[in-house]
Amino acid sequence: MTDQFPDESSQQQTAADTAVISAESAEAIEVREQPSVWSRLLRHPSVIIGGLLLTLIVGLVPAAPFLTSLDPTDISPRNRNKPPGFMTVHKDEEGSKYEVKAVMGTDKLGRDVFARVIYGARVSLMVGLCVAFIAVSIGLLIGLLAGYFRLLDAIVMRFMDGLMAIPAILLAIALVSLSGASLFTVIMAIVIPEIPRVVRLVRSIVLSIREEPYVEAAISVGTPTPKILYRHVLPNTIAPLIVQGTFICGSAILLEAILSFLGVGVPPEIPTWGNIMAQGRDLFQIYPHSIFYPGIFLTLTVLAINMLGDGLRDTIDPRMSREF
Amino acid sequence: MWTYLFKRILAVIPVLLVVLVVVFLMLRLTPGDPAANIAGDAATSEDIAELRIELGLEEPLPVQFAIYVRNLLKGDFGESFYYKRPVISMIADGIEPTLSLALFTIVLACLVAVPLGTLAAYKQGTWIDRLVMGFSVVGFSVPVFVIGYILIYFLSVKLDWFPVQGYQHIADGIGGWAYRLVLPSTALSVIFIALIARMTRTSVLEVLSEDYIRTARAKGLPQMKVLLKHALRNAAVPIVTIIGIAIAILISGVVVTESVFVIPGLGLLTLDAIQGRDYPTVQALIILFSVVYVVINLLIDVIYTLLDPRIRY
Repeated sequence: MTDQFPDESSQQQTAADTAVISAESAEAIEVREQPSVWSRLLRHPSVIIGGLLLTLIVGLVPAAPFLTSLDPTDISPRNRNKPPGFMTVHKDEEGSKYEVKAVMGTDKLGRDVFARVIYGARVSLMVGLCVAFIAVSIGLLIGLLAGYFRLLDAIVMRFMDGLMAIPAILLAIALVSLSGASLFTVIMAIVIPEIPRVVRLVRSIVLSIREEPYVEAAISVGTPTPKILYRHVLPNTIAPLIVQGTFICGSAILLEAILSFLGVGVPPEIPTWGNIMAQGRDLFQIYPHSIFYPGIFLTLTVLAINMLGDGLRDTIDPRMSREF
Repeated sequence: MWTYLFKRILAVIPVLLVVLVVVFLMLRLTPGDPAANIAGDAATSEDIAELRIELGLEEPLPVQFAIYVRNLLKGDFGESFYYKRPVISMIADGIEPTLSLALFTIVLACLVAVPLGTLAAYKQGTWIDRLVMGFSVVGFSVPVFVIGYILIYFLSVKLDWFPVQGYQHIADGIGGWAYRLVLPSTALSVIFIALIARMTRTSVLEVLSEDYIRTARAKGLPQMKVLLKHALRNAAVPIVTIIGIAIAILISGVVVTESVFVIPGLGLLTLDAIQGRDYPTVQALIILFSVVYVVINLLIDVIYTLLDPRIRY
């Protein structure tokens, strides 16, 4: 189904002159333009904008303690439900009082939304990276094996088709709520629905590479299979997997936020954008700030990652179609 | 073509079988006991053991699975552990809101996205094109619950134009039904507008470079006629295909949207059932959603072959 979804970037090229870009010609393009890949990347507008935006957000991870003196988990009854800009009163270790401006207001437990949002970036980005890394690694391994060994292929792919038919969000919600909410189960619950998509991508690459003359030559001179997979097949999967991994990272961050928002994600005491929004739901009509601010950060992060992914796809992997 | 269709339909069977096994095992092998949940805090361990036997949870797994599949084939989805009602009747209650939301969303998205995408392709490279494409990138990235809350805050809370949440059945008046669906379906349609507009643009662009378009222009047809009659009609096939991808997004979107707008549909039912470990209901709903996904994609493949005479199998 997704295979039939034509790739836009390549189609713009095809619209001009060439017909469908086949595996070989895409490779030829890549080889020809190898020296300029970095400079082409740095000239692509969505790579520049997405990259800058993402750098700023990633910068929040080490910068969080310097941006706010407050603990994102500190509950303070006297500071409950304050609007953005309110001067909240806190006590330091010696008991002397000091005031802090709550830039983004406070939530219903008096926690500082600004502190929670910038510390929340840690969890969201970590979930995105972990999911992308694990899903790509597992998917790569299964895809390589399935693509190369025909016997395995039929069984594995039927299983993957079945797994893909279950809506990702339902599978993830079910997995988290059945095995108990923790950061680890959330990551695994998002990884599992992503794996089949990676497997399908890797398998399709392996199937086309296996027919290449250089692979046939390697087989005919008796190169052992693991070496063929490592030397000839694996390098061809790297560019598409980087692109795919970027999109997985974006959708994982989104899915984590959705799970937490629905109350079946990361445990509520951990500040994540989804959790902050979930806790702001009941008082939303009067105090919309604890939904809007994390929502803005979430959107910008996913936007930055998707733009980066679009740019990467155009630059390093023109034949890959967009997966959702 | 008939052989192809037959094979395509047969290929659905293993997929659905995998869905059944995965869903069944997932519910059985994860920790947690539905009997303990139902019995409540006051129950003794004897009560719970009795309840487990009553619910059929003491049978060996393969036996449970066999009973389950046999019942499914008979059209029996079991009885909810909680509400003591047949799951099928609970699903029947949730279908109307969910289907209304889904259809409203898709229709709205197509009405906005197809003209938008066509316009962008026609004005390729201009600021209109950039604007539409820019919107499309942003539309992919804004989560539906963020859009939902923005709409609620400005249009319901501030301006008081729409009700904040809730749903009205068609039977209680079509006007109120449609009125209450405006905000949820607008929120949910943003991602589809982004998706379909982008696809339409790509597809129309490709068609516009074909020889027959040049011929149509050369013989002096008005631009509008070229665009609508020649370009859009030929660009339709990929746009139909996109619905296959859209359906997966639609299902997850429905769950979130129903939660934000408190629409008593299948999405809310699923969330409640999963949190309460209501096995029969969860099983039935996940299987239902998966079947919908598989069948719609099957239909699209079939439509694809029928629509486009160039595709032969």
